[in-house]
Amino acid sequence: MVNPQMVMYEEEFNQIQAVVDRLVKDANAKVVFIVDKNGQLIAASGDIDHVDTTSLASLTAGNIAATGGMAKLLKENEFATQFHEGEKANIHIQLVGNRVILVVIFDSRSSLGLVRLRVKKASEELNHIFESLLKKVAEPGADSPFAEITDEDIDNLFND
Amino acid sequence: MSFINYMAREINCKLVYYGPGLCGKTTNLQYIYERTNPEAKGKMISLATETERTLFFDFLPLSLGEIRGFKTRFHLYTVPGQVFYDASRKLILKGVDGVIFVADSQIERTEANLESVENLRTNLAEQGYSLDKLPYVVQYNKRDLPNVASMEELRQMLNPTAVPEFEAVARTGVGVFDTLKAVAKLVLTELRKGGSG
Repeated sequence: MVNPQMVMYEEEFNQIQAVVDRLVKDANAKVVFIVDKNGQLIAASGDIDHVDTTSLASLTAGNIAATGGMAKLLKENEFATQFHEGEKANIHIQLVGNRVILVVIFDSRSSLGLVRLRVKKASEELNHIFESLLKKVAEPGADSPFAEITDEDIDNLFND
Repeated sequence: MSFINYMAREINCKLVYYGPGLCGKTTNLQYIYERTNPEAKGKMISLATETERTLFFDFLPLSLGEIRGFKTRFHLYTVPGQVFYDASRKLILKGVDGVIFVADSQIERTEANLESVENLRTNLAEQGYSLDKLPYVVQYNKRDLPNVASMEELRQMLNPTAVPEFEAVARTGVGVFDTLKAVAKLVLTELRKGGSG
């Protein structure tokens, strides 16, 4: 198939969450989150109660997809970094290992220089984690938790 | 490509509403949004032009409940139907788990329907997907209008492989949830097979 199934296990999730938590502190960021290229939110940290992370995740993926489309037309591999500057909030978007997207939202308490520096280090760490996660997913014997579901289970979902 | 999160115990799937311009893709999502409990839905996002034509996509996250302790979440997307937005349509199909083709039943839209379904097939193939292997349903929308083609004609043109099909009037909600449920079921059934779409 085109894409391997994206699966997240507890071990890798904790590692990813640790990287994201640390990045919030190190970069003086408001919010940091990770999205896969299809717009699914993987992890988030910081002041997440005040932002709609689901919507942001979908729009970020759309943004990266559109930028990737432009890159292709210009015979570029990709534009891995994007930065949007607002009056109060800024957003830094980094494609990690062409697999997931690392998003940092920050205000005047931080700076683009600091964010870039910290994102670079975090990207490397994340890349390692996702590489080992993908290997794990590709191993045989990793059964889907849905292998056992019945028609009845599925029907029950719709009986409201 | 569905996303199974063991940590959060949830599964996320992506559904895409495809079809020609003005066939009612956005209207389907709007109806679902209006009729879903607040706790089961997120915000609906529409990236549209000033004249309310979809420019990039509409997005609606929905929770359908739990299966075997896993929350099932569906992310609903529409594509821009207008022919010249093809580059955007291709992007939205990335990682799709299930497709709903919304046909405009009006006779004068016959060609637009055919062109769109052909475009869907081509764009999926470019990403390495085959429409014949993907969870796929067809919705014949605008059945309430006077100048509609017969179901036999539409079926013959747009559903040669006899996938689940539904008559609909998306504006009033007729057939909207039936269509959604059908494709969601197919996607979940595919997961059971361990299909990594």
